[in-house]
Amino acid sequence: MTRPLREHAQIIRSKNAGPYRLTFDILFRDAETFRRVWESEAVTRETVSRAFGIGSNQITSLFPVPMGNAIKITLRRPLPQGAVGESDMYGCQQHTPLLDLPVPDRG
Amino acid sequence: MKTITVLTPTGTLGYGFGAEALKRGMSLDPDVIAVDAGSTDPGPHYLGSGEPLVSRFSMKRELRDLIRASRRAGIPVIVGSAGGAGSHRHVEWTADIVREIAAEEGLRFRLGCVLADIDRERARRAIRAGEVRDFEAGADFSEAALDETVELVAQMGHEPLAAALDGGADVVIAGRACDDSTIAAFPIWCGADPGLSIHMGKILECGAFSAEPFAMDVMLGTVDRSGFVLEPGSLGRRASVTSVAAHSLYEREDPFRQAGPGHELDLRNCRFEQVTERQVRVSGSHFMPTSDYWIKLEGARLAGYRSISVAGVRCPTMIGRIDGILEEARAKAEAYFAPERLQIVFHVYGRDGVMRALEPTREIRSHELGLVIEVVARDQELAHGACHFVSGSLLHYSYPGQFNTAGNLAFPYSPSEIDAGPVYEFSAYHLMKVDSATECFPVHFEDL
Repeated sequence: MTRPLREHAQIIRSKNAGPYRLTFDILFRDAETFRRVWESEAVTRETVSRAFGIGSNQITSLFPVPMGNAIKITLRRPLPQGAVGESDMYGCQQHTPLLDLPVPDRG
Repeated sequence: MKTITVLTPTGTLGYGFGAEALKRGMSLDPDVIAVDAGSTDPGPHYLGSGEPLVSRFSMKRELRDLIRASRRAGIPVIVGSAGGAGSHRHVEWTADIVREIAAEEGLRFRLGCVLADIDRERARRAIRAGEVRDFEAGADFSEAALDETVELVAQMGHEPLAAALDGGADVVIAGRACDDSTIAAFPIWCGADPGLSIHMGKILECGAFSAEPFAMDVMLGTVDRSGFVLEPGSLGRRASVTSVAAHSLYEREDPFRQAGPGHELDLRNCRFEQVTERQVRVSGSHFMPTSDYWIKLEGARLAGYRSISVAGVRCPTMIGRIDGILEEARAKAEAYFAPERLQIVFHVYGRDGVMRALEPTREIRSHELGLVIEVVARDQELAHGACHFVSGSLLHYSYPGQFNTAGNLAFPYSPSEIDAGPVYEFSAYHLMKVDSATECFPVHFEDL
């Protein structure tokens, strides 16, 4: 059984980290939920690159942040912020593919 | 060392803050008011064009409140990244507003302006000496890119701001500055630990975005020997370990190691503690100076002029063929206007208008599409003409199985084309080695 990430996380968001990166924060309500999701390997370079349809080499970092009960992912922007053809100046509407990442239930 | 309290009124000066929160914040006897007024976040336009990010009305209204409060309390005000991008035009615009306020309020004080513009020949020398390196742009900053750059600034650290304070400035209006440094400058100048001060700056620079409920509002930070304490100005908000830790992730890639002008912060051993219902204490932030001092350049170049047309598509037969139809319209316009070079972009809302290359849902599920047709060309007239040509071709495009032969696009406006003016793109987002922290950031004083 799996349930989508949105049923486990409290906040799932995207934002620019400078003009050339998009950074995603997945924040959990408590340390236990964070640890369970992190250890389930639902959020890895492979699952994230598949969700966005990009090469995993476009992910510049992905790491657990125990002090914030969070998982943090950063991608190269397909186009720099403000370049002709770009569509999201603040990078704040790019998070949705993460909402439905399947997280295996315990057991 | 006594403790130093910084009051940050809001996340971006000109975006507002609560009068009650400022009043309450000032009653806690802060030692300085420090706030940033911009960043790269709104895009390269403000740097390139010199237009201010917020209206003159907003800037004057908020600066008036802050300057009056600071003069009553006898404490300095520091504004970083003035005007939005912190170019000389932005600093001059802001300084002019400060002069008006001083005259209107009958206030006398010393204004210190710190410029962040990078001289072309200084940058060229650095490029030739191999002292400019890519940060994240994925390409070198070449002399050709420098020649195309219409405005070039760099993020200053806390040192040039400290130089303004050394000179007795009561109000400091600084060009582009690292957000954290704007907030950290005064505590460091007073002798506080730079690691704690800069980490506090990182959290405070967004105002009460690190509080719950979050808002563009007043936030205070008090740094002592071994840590700092955060507290929102408004009693309607609180700082919690969750809200502060979450904010430490915001808008940056690595929450554990963060590079700034001339330094790196190591945050791996940070601790967050709830000390009262509304206050969080942070400790363990560690400052590491880098062996050479590098500053981050930000440059903008003119990419052309933009015209757009907004239209809706409701007919299912048109929606079913939209990809092919758009590509034909593009090819037709490119051939018609050749040899002029056009950049034609279709933003197709209802398909992939928001996420474009990152959109995983490929099939169209919407019963209508919103279309923004964008043309960028070498001048406004050409962009306008080409955009009209593209929207006209789409309007009257004929295709097999068409029921409605009267027109394919629903335009909300006449004229259907809107001229959006010059388009700027980032030309530099690179690091440059400097001889000293203050070399590129001169201070000018003026007694008002």
